Amino acid sequence: MDVSLDLLFNAVISGLLLGGFYAAVSLGVAISFGLLDIVNIAHPAFILLGSYVAFTANTVLGIDPILACLIAMPAFYLLGMLAYQVYYIAFERRDDQSLRGLSFFFGLLFITEVTLVLIFGVDYRLVQAAYIGPSLKLGIVELPLRLLVPFLVSMVMVVTLQLFLSRTFVGRAVQAVAQDQGALRLMAANPVKIKRIAFGISIATASLAGAFLIIIQPVEPSIGRDYIGRVFAICVLGGLGSFPGMVIAAMTLGIAESLTATFFGPSWAPAVSFGVLLLTLAVRPSGILGR
Amino acid sequence: MASLADRQAQPGWGALPFTLGLVLVAALIFSIGRWIDNSYVFFAGYVVAQYIVLGTAWNILGGYTGYVNFGITAFFAIGAYSTVVLYKLVPAVPLPVMIAVGGVLAGLVGFGTGYLTLRLRGVFFSIATLAMAVVVQTLITNWDFVGGARGAYVLRPRTAPLIGGEYVQYLFLVMLGLCVLALVTARSIERSALGYGFAAIRDDEAAAEASGVPTLRLKLIATALSGGFMGMAGAPLPYYVTYLDPSSGFSLNYAVNAIAMPLIGGTSSWLGPVIGAVVVGGLQEYIRVTISSAVNVLVAGVLLVVFVIAAPQGIVGLFQRKR
Repeated sequence: MDVSLDLLFNAVISGLLLGGFYAAVSLGVAISFGLLDIVNIAHPAFILLGSYVAFTANTVLGIDPILACLIAMPAFYLLGMLAYQVYYIAFERRDDQSLRGLSFFFGLLFITEVTLVLIFGVDYRLVQAAYIGPSLKLGIVELPLRLLVPFLVSMVMVVTLQLFLSRTFVGRAVQAVAQDQGALRLMAANPVKIKRIAFGISIATASLAGAFLIIIQPVEPSIGRDYIGRVFAICVLGGLGSFPGMVIAAMTLGIAESLTATFFGPSWAPAVSFGVLLLTLAVRPSGILGR
Repeated sequence: MASLADRQAQPGWGALPFTLGLVLVAALIFSIGRWIDNSYVFFAGYVVAQYIVLGTAWNILGGYTGYVNFGITAFFAIGAYSTVVLYKLVPAVPLPVMIAVGGVLAGLVGFGTGYLTLRLRGVFFSIATLAMAVVVQTLITNWDFVGGARGAYVLRPRTAPLIGGEYVQYLFLVMLGLCVLALVTARSIERSALGYGFAAIRDDEAAAEASGVPTLRLKLIATALSGGFMGMAGAPLPYYVTYLDPSSGFSLNYAVNAIAMPLIGGTSSWLGPVIGAVVVGGLQEYIRVTISSAVNVLVAGVLLVVFVIAAPQGIVGLFQRKR
């Protein structure tokens, strides 16, 4: 195979940018699965919901997709709190998270997907924005703006949340929930309330991730499923609950997928995340930066 | 969840009378179908029977041991595509042989996945199976021999072997046979040491391990059996649909139905998946005919969520509480 240096270099760069987007997609799961121990496999469905919010706002009102999803974030936050409340009452309190709790999220995933199909149909949808199309050329490197903009906003989001978790009272309480719920209760903080807030935040990130998704690629309701494997591969590889680990893992996976797509064809890319996931689970289940 | 004492107190027939009884019921259903003599009955009946097998297969792992498999479509499609491959290589292979091959292949894949992930916490197994469905789909989509993304055509023979009549009658009969096989297997697991081991894993895996239950080996048996039956349920599919492409063979509907039906019916016994499949499958057929096929796929998802929240023991549990 003729591997030109240009091609390789560009594949790595676009993989890196893609990884930034994957970090945004995985951020919510890093919170819900990594910190709260809630296996929210419906997360990609919430991301798709974000994509369709961006699509609707963009086509009907002509608003920038990222801006639209920023505005929609509080609504997603409330939706997340509601979802957690149902989950808590029906499963966590009964200590029945594994079988029925998982099936609950699976059902949510399916209902969201079918509802989106019923409303928007199965056609691919896309959005219009100034930064979709042109790219920045630096020597041989080409930076497509539609990858660069989500990458930058996503990094801002990850850093903001990391600061929130380590600097604010609520953020520290969220980390405390991850470590020892009983101890938190002894400190007179209500773990359920903290978890509700944290889960709300995790769903709120899905809104922005949804905007990135529809900027990067055309969206149809069933593509959310492709992201389940990716998201959990990234979270497991990164070590559950560690944001820096998650970012490294997201970029690794992004580069691996980009190289696969460039040299073997894009139809093979979805298999990469599964390989990574199985390998991690078999070899080092605690991830790169795991506790 | 039924405790061990409850289970032993269950009044029950022996395995042989139970099998004969099921065969009788299946024969009765089939002769009613023959008597009505309308091919729609067979097409609809096939779907319900297929979901009984799928639901029972899922329940062997999910209901008995508590490990949730989301990769149903992977196993199901392995069975379906093994039939496509056999059909392309040797079209004369009889259907039951194809089913056996599909079952063995899917069982082996189940064993392999289980071996890699079952030593970890249960959720990792669930996530791995979800991802596996995507990967098997990627492999099939890229495999030109079975049609790749374009799909493959399988010619359905005009008449059924042995019994005469339309071929779909034969498909229905074969699927009924698979139902009997799956249900007898599930019920004998429930009543054997294997079933008690499974229940011990579900209730407290660490305690089971500590009291000498070989948990990993039991879990691998459950995954292989469960995967195998899913493959068997999928093997006749190419003849049923006559055109199989990855997006229909890996449709999320199969996965949602196979999970929803046992959970709606009740996961603690072999009867649950049957009730779930008959109720939900029947409802879906009804809605598909009267309202629309788009709404019909929503039914299983909504019922699944409602039941896991409001009636965790399923329909079987509702009746047990009344007694």
